[in-house]
Amino acid sequence: MKDKNEKFGAHQDLVERVSEDLGRGVSRRDVLRALMASGILATTAGGLLTHTGAAFAQTPKKGGKIRVAVGAGSTADTLDPAKGGNIADSVRHYMFYSRLTTIDTELTPQMALAESMNTKDGALWTVKLRKDVRFHDGKPLTSADVVYSLLRHKNPATGSKARAVAEEFEEIKVTGPLELQIKLNSPNVDLPALLGTAHFSIIKDGTTDFTTAIGTGPYKCKEFKPGVRSISVRNDDYWKPGKPYLDEIEYFSIPDEAARVNALLSGDVHLINAINPRSAPTVSAAPGYTLFESKTGHYTDIIMRDNLGPVKNPDFVLAMKYMLDREQMLKVAMRGFGIIGNDQPVQPSNRFYFSGLPQRTFDLDKAKFHLQKAGMAGQTLPMVASTAANGSVDMAQILQLSAQKAGLNLDIKRMPADGYWSNHWAKHPMSFGNISPRPTVDLMFTLFYKSNSPQNVSGWKNEQFDQLLDAARGETNDAKRKQMYADMQVIVHEQCGVGIPMFINSIDGFTNKLKGYGSHPLAGLMGFDFAEHVWLDA
Amino acid sequence: MNGTIARLVLKRLGVGVLTLLIVSLVIFTITALLPGDAAQALLGQEATPETVAALRATFGLDQPAHLRYLQWLGGLVTGDPGNSLVNGLPVADLIGSRLPNTLKLAAIAALAAVPLALTIGIVSAMFRGSLFDRLMNMAAVSAVSVPEFLIATLAVLLFAVHLQWLPALSHVSEINSFGDMLRAYAMPVLTLCCGLVAQMARMTRAAVIDQLSAPYVEMAMLKGARPVRVVLTHALPNAVGPIANAVALSLSYLLGGVIIVESIFHYPGIATLMLDAVSGRDIPLVQACAMLFCVGYMVLVLVADVSAIVSNPRLRK
Repeated sequence: MKDKNEKFGAHQDLVERVSEDLGRGVSRRDVLRALMASGILATTAGGLLTHTGAAFAQTPKKGGKIRVAVGAGSTADTLDPAKGGNIADSVRHYMFYSRLTTIDTELTPQMALAESMNTKDGALWTVKLRKDVRFHDGKPLTSADVVYSLLRHKNPATGSKARAVAEEFEEIKVTGPLELQIKLNSPNVDLPALLGTAHFSIIKDGTTDFTTAIGTGPYKCKEFKPGVRSISVRNDDYWKPGKPYLDEIEYFSIPDEAARVNALLSGDVHLINAINPRSAPTVSAAPGYTLFESKTGHYTDIIMRDNLGPVKNPDFVLAMKYMLDREQMLKVAMRGFGIIGNDQPVQPSNRFYFSGLPQRTFDLDKAKFHLQKAGMAGQTLPMVASTAANGSVDMAQILQLSAQKAGLNLDIKRMPADGYWSNHWAKHPMSFGNISPRPTVDLMFTLFYKSNSPQNVSGWKNEQFDQLLDAARGETNDAKRKQMYADMQVIVHEQCGVGIPMFINSIDGFTNKLKGYGSHPLAGLMGFDFAEHVWLDA
Repeated sequence: MNGTIARLVLKRLGVGVLTLLIVSLVIFTITALLPGDAAQALLGQEATPETVAALRATFGLDQPAHLRYLQWLGGLVTGDPGNSLVNGLPVADLIGSRLPNTLKLAAIAALAAVPLALTIGIVSAMFRGSLFDRLMNMAAVSAVSVPEFLIATLAVLLFAVHLQWLPALSHVSEINSFGDMLRAYAMPVLTLCCGLVAQMARMTRAAVIDQLSAPYVEMAMLKGARPVRVVLTHALPNAVGPIANAVALSLSYLLGGVIIVESIFHYPGIATLMLDAVSGRDIPLVQACAMLFCVGYMVLVLVADVSAIVSNPRLRK
């Protein structure tokens, strides 16, 4: 493990050096030669070059002001990293704060505020912080700030959305001005990745007032009015030299999708997210604008709740999974902006994806067979869908038609988006849900598939799965870990009461004047992090 | 006359306080009946029983409903409408930052709509059955029947996306000159005016026609008064009551109901604030907004009634 962590450090150095080279306009061949010489071309170059590939032709320019409109946002907008809920909050937290690590485009953690994170057993971690990092008010970053930022998630009164993760912290203590120790109650080799999420943004020791944001991020908060807008200005003291590029970002939400697209096409805003697949052709046809697709691990699933009535039968669950006409759903609900799913939550681009798992196909004969075996043929069952779960209403209608052919009547109950998550999601025998990607496979499985998780949506209990999950979390051998995750994907695919017909791509749109844009598997808007990377070619 | 008006105002104020109390109780009960509370709405998918319970305790939602209501009422009476549950900011600040925008939009829309509507209404009444009257009638019915979101979206597509004359969003924070203001308010006001003008014009026309068929108007005509004089000095003062009420109704809509315009043009007014408050189950904010709308409505109707009395000699006694 020690080696691996030292590699993190080396890797980070290299990435930085090469990024700087690219920034200075060194030719692609020079960079390749440098990478070749350092001998880790295979592991690094791919991701790195595609990420910066677009910026090659031109050197990033400093300056300029952009306006960005996103779909989510309300008076609940918050600068408290613990409470951040939607993409609007996460983007702000990435602008104003930094984290110990960042999660790169292959979901591998890279060191950020932390210079290194070392462990021998996966449970006791020593974190060394980068020197000379300053908060926006000039105060230097110390380990006390980090300890405060992490430990506050454990306090129920904080209302942290990352409390499930923070429960693993047994003790976090300062061991030096720039050094701290994190003790977990059980080994978790994913800790560096978990600490790279927006919730674990580093704030100043003792912060309780979040009317403004004082962090170490690339932008300073000039104005923040929840539900109205925020204005970010460049932090000239940012710890990554040369970044960010823009002078100012005005950031707000336009919840109405048509209005958001119109604002982009009229030139009022430079960048928008969450474009409906139905408006995608309008944006791609408009001259001067780019429609940008990110393949994220975001999925909408049909949940068959194990402890509620008739759907308990494993044959019924299988019948439902065979009834999913995945291609049709992708075509109708998402106009093709997605990739076919295989009833397990790990997306194909993840390094732990098990490609050996055969794709389940639309098969009405098998569906009929399992339906008969479950004794459910000819029955009528309710199924809950809502616009809250992206695309679920269209998916429900397609499923209803297929089910009819297989001899099952599905009665679609369409619920309002308001209050859906607290009142309907996984509270009926069959309902639709919607899960956004998590930085690690472990977190995805722990939150939504582990027996004792409150968000174990299907309510299934599988001992073998739970054991594998615990073992994989402490496993330092990557190959063994990969095998364990493969086994878990097979178990979920075969037994869990969750059907995942597809992964949904995130669609952003921006003016062609905006450069340096890229894709990230966690979310659109470059995985919330566009502000640090983009620049304006006026 | 002064006595009549003073008595009316005093009586209205008394009834107003009672109405406000009832409205606050109704709103509180209804929001309590909505599924979920602020803690659940805030945590969304991440809600677990422990985090919800902890957050409820922080918000004071673990206390019984009647206690919370009384606390809120006590705060309001002493001039403190409390803090937002969702973001912890004082409700007064949240409303204070949005209310001027709403009032500004309402004032501009009213300035544009009222004179136009009165003119159209009076002219249509004077030339009842003429081509102008029929055209206006048809236009008014069409304008009332087309939903606002359609008008707004079409206006954006035409003026912002295709012609690029106006911005698609109303950037109120960047108004430095009269020209900026015109650009920022043109489309929201245009959208609002379509429905408002049509409604007010039709009510005005009806009220004036009603008076024109009265015997005293015939008398005035027989005495040889010119048509304009008959309408403006004889019929119109008698029609002020219904017209003022029509105008008051339209304006009260401008104070709280322009949600579509606010969200399409990203105009930071009070309607979206209340919408956010309802979807976040932010009860103190919902209550405060509802009270505000209620007060606004009552004041407008009171002003309409007083102006009806002042303008009508028969009511003045």
